[in-house]
Parts: sequence; C-alpha cells; structure tokens
Amino acid sequence: MITKMNHVSVFVLNQDSAFEFYVNKLGFKVHTDAAMGPGMRWLTVCPTDQPDLEIALMAINEGMMFTKESAAQMRSLVSNGTFGFGVFECDNLLVTYEELKAKGVEFTKEPTQEFYAFEALFKDDSGNWFSLGQKNTEKS
Amino acid sequence: MHQKELYPKVYLYRRIVNAKLFIDNRYAEKIDLDNIADEAFFSKFHFIRLFHTIYKKTPHQYLSFTRIEKAKLLLAEDITIANVCYAVGFESVSSFTGLFKRMVGQTPAAYQSRQHQKIIDIAAAPLKFIPNCFAEKKGWK
Repeated sequence: MITKMNHVSVFVLNQDSAFEFYVNKLGFKVHTDAAMGPGMRWLTVCPTDQPDLEIALMAINEGMMFTKESAAQMRSLVSNGTFGFGVFECDNLLVTYEELKAKGVEFTKEPTQEFYAFEALFKDDSGNWFSLGQKNTEKS
Repeated sequence: MHQKELYPKVYLYRRIVNAKLFIDNRYAEKIDLDNIADEAFFSKFHFIRLFHTIYKKTPHQYLSFTRIEKAKLLLAEDITIANVCYAVGFESVSSFTGLFKRMVGQTPAAYQSRQHQKIIDIAAAPLKFIPNCFAEKKGWK
C-alpha cells in the first residue's frame, strides 16, 4: 500500500534562480543543497508545513537524463508554460497573493472563487505554473 | 469588479503584508517594531493582533524567526558564527547562540558542523541521501 509521496521533481531552467524564487520569494525551506560534481547540484526544498515532501529543483542539462536535443525541447516546453506541476495550499489566499505579488511573483489568475476552491494561478521563474488555493472556504 | 470591492479586507491585508515584507527585507538592521505599527497606521495593539491572526506569530516573534532562518542558511555555508550573528541583525553572539539553541534545538556550532558533515556524506555516498531513481538518472553512484 502506498502511503505518501516524499519526493517530487520540478524541472527548472536555472537552479540559482530557482533557489531565489522558491526560497526567497515563496518562503520554502532548503532541505538539501549539495554540489554533486562540476555543473551538478542536488537541490531540494520543502513547503513550510511539509518538511517530509522534498521538491527537487532539477536542472535541465544535457547529461544522463537528457540528450542535447531533449534538453533543448524540455527547456522550450518549460519556458513556454507547458507544465502545471501541482497545487499549493495556504491559510489565507488574499494575504499570500498580496505578499507574493509584492515580491514580484507573476500571477496568471487573480484569487477567484471557483466551485472547487478559492484559487489563484502563478508561474515560477522558469515558466512552470501552479495553482494556489486556500484550505478553508472563508475568503477573508 | 475591483478586488477591493470584492474583498473589503484587502486594504488591511496589504498594510500587514507590507509590515511583514519590511521585516523580510530589513531583518539585518536595527528594527523598531513600534515604528512599523506607526507606518502601517495601526495602534500597536491592533497591529500586533492582526499580524498574529495572519502569520500566527507576533511581529517580534516573526523577526526572531526570520533572523534564525537566515542564520541557518548562512551557517550552512562556510561563514563563522560571529559573522552570521551580526549578518542577521543580532548584536551579541551570546544572545544569538541562546535564541538559536532555543528555536532550533542545537547550538549554531553544532548545526553548522552537522550541515557540513551532511554535504560531505552526500558527496561520499549519494545513494544514502538521494532516492535511487534520481541518483541513477544523474549517474550519482
């Protein structure tokens, strides 16, 4: 029986810039940041209240995972906003929206009451998009 | 419809968010929290109550929390404890060490040593720390 997920990958164009975005803008905690040899880095971050879910910020570089061609394709897909990697949750969407917007995070949808949730959409510094929802239904 | 009309508390939130961002940006400086309340156009009591409602910490607790979190990042690098202490806004190493130990559960020296050891251990044996599927794909064996 599968009981939980503990690692998930988000492919990013630049790990330094992703660190700045996920840690200094979103406020995630660094779980592991280790150099693994020339040009290779294992960088994982966790949402504040979820220290056992490591989000691996994976660089799209030619190497074991990608050929030169597939890396170029992947970089193009990511930067064009092809991938929506998940749904984040917060206590108060309006507060979080105001804060992230003030920090320069690009929102593609303002906080909106949908039938399934009170949600907004934002993009990371690479072009990956995420839904951001409020865990209770009260809007303010 | 404009967001302010849809959500009348937005203007209040903006003032509290600005105060929080002020702490985020200026945590390394001498911050007078009374001034932040004034700048947010709140009475001190009202400001602290609203801030706590939103962030689950008083402004003072949030300032301490921010300084300690930044200190953890700097300690993971090769920066001396005294330099980290001053870089995040503490004026004495002993008060920094005391608060760090209370909040993190270990001294800054022990925390720094563990972080450095972890990096060494990962490089020596990646598979002990990095799930096999990731490590194999990257050739980290």
